[in-house]
Amino acid sequence: MDSLPDNYAKEVKIINDLGLHARSAAQIAGIAQQAESKVWLIKDDEEVDAQSVIDMLTLACAKGAHITVKIESPSDLPILNDIVALVEDGFGE
Amino acid sequence: MTEREHREIVLKGIGAAPGICIGKAYLVGKEGVNVIKRYHIGDANIDREVCRFKAAVESANAELRAIIEETPEEIRRHAGILEAHVLLLKDKMLFGKTIDTIQAQRINAEWALKKVVGELKAIFQNMTDPYFKERASDIVHVSDRIMRNLVGGEPVNIKSIDKRVILVATDLSPAETSQIQLERIKGLVTDGGGIASHTGIIARTLEIPAVLGLHNATALIRSDDFIVVDGTTGTLIVNPDENTLIEYEERSLRYERHRASISRASRLPAQTTDGISIQVMGNIELPEEVVAVRDYGGNGIGLYRTEFQYMNRTEFPTEDELFDRYKEVVEVMAPHPVTIRTLDINGDKVISYAGHFQEANPALGLRAIRYCLKKPRIFMTQLRAILRAARYGHVRIMFPMISGSHEIQEAKRILLEAAQSLEREGVDYKREIEVGMMVEVPSAVVMADVLADEVDFFSIGTNDLVQYVLAIDRGNRHVSHLYQPLHPAVLRMIWRVAEVGHQKGIKVFMCGQMAGDPFHLPILLGMGIDELSLNPQSIPMVKNTVRSLNLWDAKCFVKEVLKQTSVREIESLLKTTYGDVISGMIYTH
Repeated sequence: MDSLPDNYAKEVKIINDLGLHARSAAQIAGIAQQAESKVWLIKDDEEVDAQSVIDMLTLACAKGAHITVKIESPSDLPILNDIVALVEDGFGE
Repeated sequence: MTEREHREIVLKGIGAAPGICIGKAYLVGKEGVNVIKRYHIGDANIDREVCRFKAAVESANAELRAIIEETPEEIRRHAGILEAHVLLLKDKMLFGKTIDTIQAQRINAEWALKKVVGELKAIFQNMTDPYFKERASDIVHVSDRIMRNLVGGEPVNIKSIDKRVILVATDLSPAETSQIQLERIKGLVTDGGGIASHTGIIARTLEIPAVLGLHNATALIRSDDFIVVDGTTGTLIVNPDENTLIEYEERSLRYERHRASISRASRLPAQTTDGISIQVMGNIELPEEVVAVRDYGGNGIGLYRTEFQYMNRTEFPTEDELFDRYKEVVEVMAPHPVTIRTLDINGDKVISYAGHFQEANPALGLRAIRYCLKKPRIFMTQLRAILRAARYGHVRIMFPMISGSHEIQEAKRILLEAAQSLEREGVDYKREIEVGMMVEVPSAVVMADVLADEVDFFSIGTNDLVQYVLAIDRGNRHVSHLYQPLHPAVLRMIWRVAEVGHQKGIKVFMCGQMAGDPFHLPILLGMGIDELSLNPQSIPMVKNTVRSLNLWDAKCFVKEVLKQTSVREIESLLKTTYGDVISGMIYTH
């Protein structure tokens, strides 16, 4: 996985007030579950499965936190972009 | 239903917020299914056990889906969390791990689920952020639903939270009470807590009948049990029989009628029979409550607790944010005064990002003015916001927990610095502002003559003063019955503060719980307290009582009271002298 090109991972900032909470994590999981391969969320040096709400909640991402969304397969690029757009939009809150 | 479920049970607790409510119990903060069978599974039956678990998850899923479908459009926010719960059901950390545990440890599904949930709960509860800490409850909700399907219990409809229920909990921390949607709650019942606990204050503020300190309510009451909460007498009745129900419905009606009649008169001034006007103000915690104070006929805000703007967030609020909220309150109340108490954190209100450290005795620890003097920048931000908001009405500033002259001088010095910095930057603010202090630490009572030279007013905070004078933790149910505002030591202290204040020509206010109880009014008026500040909903009742009292008589009465040596003597003197006045206030007879 260490030779992944840059466009397989994007950094994004959590901007909504509640942070990456249960409902917002559920929205990410909903998208990630449609991916062909694994989708990962990385904060600092912790990496979690974006298909698992609980896993994402354990990152305890508050407002202002920077996370990286990472995919493993080029066919999942639309998934990556959708998740990044969702986060940047503050989960529509 | 078994016979046990029909039997009426009467429990006696502490009536922390007046009023009566009748309805269904909703248990929180406790596992929905208590007793879980634990047994090992033979190799041959492992697959069957996994299937049983999967089937329970499927049923839970179907239940949730049905609930979501029934949820009306207008509560979309609520449905959002249910969608998240649906995803949690199949989450690999819950679903996958439970199946792994069944297979690896050869144990039954209930036991495996409980183990997995226990581990997940521990992860969340170790988080510092209060929001994420609370997420453990989402997992518990979901696992409870699976568990009920495993053991075959009755499903609990999550929608019932939307109907108005009576919340039953072991205890609620300030962070928890602020996260519950209290406007949906009809009544509040807890095992812990006392009359002046945070839960009690919140319940009174929002006018939710509450019985606290019941010790074992959560053990006796189950979700959906029918209960009656009488927050006036501190009585809780589980499974009331028909006669009880009729009686309480009548009482409830009488209470509402009584409240309506006194609130009609709430706009009239609170003038004693000998023509002296007493200012009756409101205590507020949330800026929104200012409307309640105005509606109930309050003459201003005697205590604006500013901690809430600092809670449930990830960083300290900015000066502009604080300014906006203060300005809002000040403008709505203008020209009436708004007394802003500067930040009182760490005591029982812990802010996660404020660098929380464990203190053995938080009430005696780094809180309020001590905290602010140690963190001058945080303090300065708030003071600047207050000075700026002061332009929009009548603002008084009040420093909490002052124990001696050095602290008040330091606080005033930083206030001056705040003003100077605004001046330098050319920001608009108000120069002339009344500065006062809370009298709630016993040393401040002793030093009142010295402190009076430093301030424009004293405000006696009885909740903390009583706690510190009597060494009683008001939130501790083992001793909260010893929390006695009518203790002669407390009354002597109040009297001293009032006397010294008046000799020195400064005003003396009271903003504790004690001021909101009509029973205490003859004493407080007689001691010459100039202004009373209380929970907004008590304003009409207190004004009503003031109108039936004679100030001269009350002053003479206080002389007698100060000769008494015990709470019992003082109470009985109050009852014999003012019993008729007080009983006129009680609606339950």
